[in-house]
Amino acid sequence: MTSYLVVESRDPFESHGFARRCELAAALRADGASVTVFLVENGVMAARAAARLRELEQLAKSGVVVLADEFSLRERGIAQSELAAAVKRVGLDAVVEQMAAGAKVLWN
Amino acid sequence: MPQSLTFLLMDAPYEQSRTATAFRLLNAVLERGIGVRVFAYEGAVSLPVTQQKPHANALHGRGLEEEAHPTPHMWVSALMQLAKDKGVELDWVNCGLCVDERGATEVVAGVRRGSPADFWKMATETANTVVIATR
Repeated sequence: MTSYLVVESRDPFESHGFARRCELAAALRADGASVTVFLVENGVMAARAAARLRELEQLAKSGVVVLADEFSLRERGIAQSELAAAVKRVGLDAVVEQMAAGAKVLWN
Repeated sequence: MPQSLTFLLMDAPYEQSRTATAFRLLNAVLERGIGVRVFAYEGAVSLPVTQQKPHANALHGRGLEEEAHPTPHMWVSALMQLAKDKGVELDWVNCGLCVDERGATEVVAGVRRGSPADFWKMATETANTVVIATR
């Protein structure tokens, strides 16, 4: 099975591209691929439960794994308790693991 | 575990968070004992330039040593040392045309000059490639 890692570094409230890339991730998943979305830098603003982003909830429901960089979360003062249920806090090692396993990486 | 992974960097130093993230990622790869190949394109050829100087912070009343302001060329040197310690490769190629355009000729030891053909070679010879582009 083809694996994709979509790295999202943009603030979802500043970039319309965020929603489009979520659509891309969902489409890849619907096509049978294994898909992970990795939020980093200002992309982690989407990880907060208070952000109420439907895109992330839909991704999680469709089987896309949603991860958030713990360093970026810490930089922005976002605590574990503030994360949306769909999001898992991980280190940057998660990207290395996916690359080592041969996932195709799209960096935004 | 793959022998090496390839990264294409494009951002100039002191501009974007992407640079810090890219350095963190390179560090994480090397820490796992996986080799790294970097093709630095456009502004990224200035990352290993040795003329970068740390500075004091007058606003916060901190001197040069107390501020301990890191420079990207020091990060590149630290990654070179980490690769040596781990016994894996760190092949850093600066795009030659981009170097000439910017006069970015004085760089840390181990950085070499090349062309986009080197990136193609890196991508074909390593297990995976990621492009961290400017926007």
